[in-house]
Amino acid sequence: MSEAAMPVLEARHITKRFPGVVANEDVNLKLYPGEILALLGENGAGKSTLMNIVYGLYKQTEGEIIVRGKPVEMSNPNDAIQLGIGMVFQHFQLVPVMTVAENVMLGSETIKRGLLDTQQVAERITELSQRYGLAVDPYAMVEDLPVGVRQRVEIVKTLYRNADILILDEPTAVLTPQEIDGLFDVMELLRSQGKSIIFITHKLKEVLRISDRIIVLRDGKVVGEADPKTATQSTLAAMMVGREVILTVDKDEAQPGPVVLDMQDVSAKDDHGQPALRNVSLQARAGEIVGVAGVQGNGQSELVEVLTGLRSLDSGRITINGLDMTNAGPRRVTQDGQSCHVPEDRHAYGMVDAYSVAHNLVLNTYFQPPFANGLTVDEQAIRRHAEDLVERYDVRTPNVSVHAANLSGGNQQKMVVAREFSRPVKLLIAAQPTRGIDVGSIEFIHQQIVAKRDEGAAVLLVSAELDEIMALSDRIAVMYKGEIVDIVPRNRATREGLGLLMAGAHSEEPAPVAGKAG
Amino acid sequence: MTKNGVLKKSQWIAGALAVAAVVMAVLVNTTALGQYTWLRVLFGVSALNFTLRASVPLVLGALCGILCERTGIINIGIEGMMLAGAFAAFVAKVATNDWPLLASLLFGVAIALAVGALMGLLHATLSIRYRMDQIISGTVIIILAAGTSAYLFDRDAVAQGKFGPVRIPLLADIPVIGDILFQNPPITYMALLLVVIVHVGLFYTRWGLRSRACGEHPRAADTVGINVNRYRYLNTMLGGALAGLGGGFLVLEAVGQFQEGMTAGRGFISLAAMIFGNWNPFGALAAATLFGYTQALQNELLLAGVTQAPRQFISMLPYVVTIVAVSGFVGRVRPPAAEGKVYETEGSSE
Ligand SMILES: Nc1ncnc2c1ncn2[C@@H]1O[C@H](COP(=O)(O)OP(=O)(O)OP(=O)(O)O)[C@@H](O)[C@H]1O
Ligand SMILES: [Mg+2]
Repeated sequence: MSEAAMPVLEARHITKRFPGVVANEDVNLKLYPGEILALLGENGAGKSTLMNIVYGLYKQTEGEIIVRGKPVEMSNPNDAIQLGIGMVFQHFQLVPVMTVAENVMLGSETIKRGLLDTQQVAERITELSQRYGLAVDPYAMVEDLPVGVRQRVEIVKTLYRNADILILDEPTAVLTPQEIDGLFDVMELLRSQGKSIIFITHKLKEVLRISDRIIVLRDGKVVGEADPKTATQSTLAAMMVGREVILTVDKDEAQPGPVVLDMQDVSAKDDHGQPALRNVSLQARAGEIVGVAGVQGNGQSELVEVLTGLRSLDSGRITINGLDMTNAGPRRVTQDGQSCHVPEDRHAYGMVDAYSVAHNLVLNTYFQPPFANGLTVDEQAIRRHAEDLVERYDVRTPNVSVHAANLSGGNQQKMVVAREFSRPVKLLIAAQPTRGIDVGSIEFIHQQIVAKRDEGAAVLLVSAELDEIMALSDRIAVMYKGEIVDIVPRNRATREGLGLLMAGAHSEEPAPVAGKAG
Repeated sequence: MTKNGVLKKSQWIAGALAVAAVVMAVLVNTTALGQYTWLRVLFGVSALNFTLRASVPLVLGALCGILCERTGIINIGIEGMMLAGAFAAFVAKVATNDWPLLASLLFGVAIALAVGALMGLLHATLSIRYRMDQIISGTVIIILAAGTSAYLFDRDAVAQGKFGPVRIPLLADIPVIGDILFQNPPITYMALLLVVIVHVGLFYTRWGLRSRACGEHPRAADTVGINVNRYRYLNTMLGGALAGLGGGFLVLEAVGQFQEGMTAGRGFISLAAMIFGNWNPFGALAAATLFGYTQALQNELLLAGVTQAPRQFISMLPYVVTIVAVSGFVGRVRPPAAEGKVYETEGSSE
């Protein structure tokens, strides 16, 4: 990129106000041709909002957007698309019951004699996917695709519209490490062809690896720019959060007590009726953290669902606190089993979009005192409870009565974590608890998980992040093709060793290529 | 997938039943089998003709429901839109009694379409702009149509003439089938044609792709620059027009006059046909034919006097079949994911 080059995209003095929040305040940003610009910031810093403005979905309160030197007025995404701007959203925007081809052409259809020309669209998709290494089947139904593939569909969607300014909002949050490598290859290829990319992520390692320039937002304002060649993870974290962040977890030796969770020979099927768990036996003791590592789609999601009463067992036994919980319902598992669950897909299982933050925070306790008295609920008590949790868990929201859908992605996650962690429990089941969360809050959530352990709870931690597993676990179980291939004590585990196990080192068959979505 | 499996199976069953019915109809009406009263009741030309006539308004009503719900607007007001269309057609016909018959009838059709579309516009405006619950808004439509038509109805007014059958050359000469399918009045042909048109429109055109996206995932549609609410307004109006045509059929083709409350629950049975047909035009056609057939059977059984069962039980037949069919299938069919939900975003406009 040459210094003299004109920015392809420029945001000047952008301010965006929502009722009760200033999401962006006087933001200035330049994007040059052929560069990958990383946008960093805490949850709720205003990254997605800014990008939605650039994409024409939101209208800025003040300021202007300049594309290739010309100020533009955008009233809807169509205008942005015409200007060559494409966006892959934090929460994918695909119609599940349509095919890949239908999703890709939607809004920019090719018409032959009045009818949709699906064949030509499919050819174009195949050509794009070959050129950029984005393998997708144009005739596959989106609902049958794993997340990794859905994301490729989203990227193909933007390329199909000839976008040369690409906005990727947290594209790596739901991907496996292999898929992330694939995505970065694509991004580098796009950059080499002169396209410009804005890349949002909370994973600082990725930022240092791929970006050409870094801009940091805090509380809606640009707080600075950094150069990936000289920046380090800790300097970036400090810039984002405004204080020093401890990136490693500080914890004592575990003091394991009696067995809390006991799974014996559990087998279960996945949604398609295929075996997902094969004779899994696993124990978690009070006061220890058991990490479950594995490439996504090897049965981890089903493991959690079986434990939390969301999926039925074919055979085997589950005992929690000495009570038989084989095929018990979720209410029984959480109440009698004294357990809590941070689900991997917060939108599907963790929250109700259209409920207020306060109501979301009592989803599993609203029927108990102090929230329920007889037949009615006590709104005052619910409100006080919510205000307390929002404060303690640093959920950034104007107040507790806004709809949960209006929180930023990471704050939604923090809300779910706050609800689940705030009850006294004997068993904590956490699946991807820090997905989409900023470094400052990860530090906080990790401390909370360790605190739960030290209070004597058994913790089962399922995570796609090997770093997270390594940092927190006392023992690490590795899953491959529905089986636990090995359980390694933390002090004997190495990244390489775990990596081999995750690839099925104990088995002859090759590792699965892509993860499966929850 | 199991769900698709069930649907595929039901398509097979429907197809097999249709073929069996055609074979039986041909046999009963051309061979000695016609001597058996029971077989005549079940498969006689008059029973099948009645079936077609009874299913036309149901087909049109179901298509109305499909257009609205596929874009995300729940429409339980089909009954009201149909009644409004019927009344409008009647008023238009009476006002133009001195015109040439065909012109007057066509004018009636046009007014039925227009008034139906206006009812659709009202429903869309209440649901989208005023964010009224769509069930309530549909109920408003029903009550409005019933009340207004009863209040304004002049019992002395008489419409002169109605659509007569149009023979399709050659095809009408096929024995039995020609009698049933190819000697019908124009709105009947129109309704069958509309099934094909809506099917092709929904699944093979730009309009259909965008409409379905609005009903399944409006946000996704918005992010590719589709104006969700515009499609919702448009399709609710188109749907309303079809329901209005269904009402027009009752006045201009079936009965020839208007009676208070003459839709008699057909709008609701249409809704059932839409659900039973899994929001697909051909599925709805099959369901409407089934429901129409039960009405025909009710009629033929009473006429032929072959059973001792009290007539009240026989009259219950169509409704019982509707209830059984719908309750047996609900849960296996899948409504559009976003139906009934208002789409609001900052960028969205009407
Ligand atoms: N539609 C909306 N209505 C009201 N407030 C909103 C809306 N969208 C976002 N906000 C608020 O604006 C602020 C910025 O949110 P935004 O989604 O841009 O954050 P973000 O930087 O993308 O965070 P994350 O990393 O968690 O995704 C948040 O406080 C959020 O609550
Ligand atoms: Mg965001």
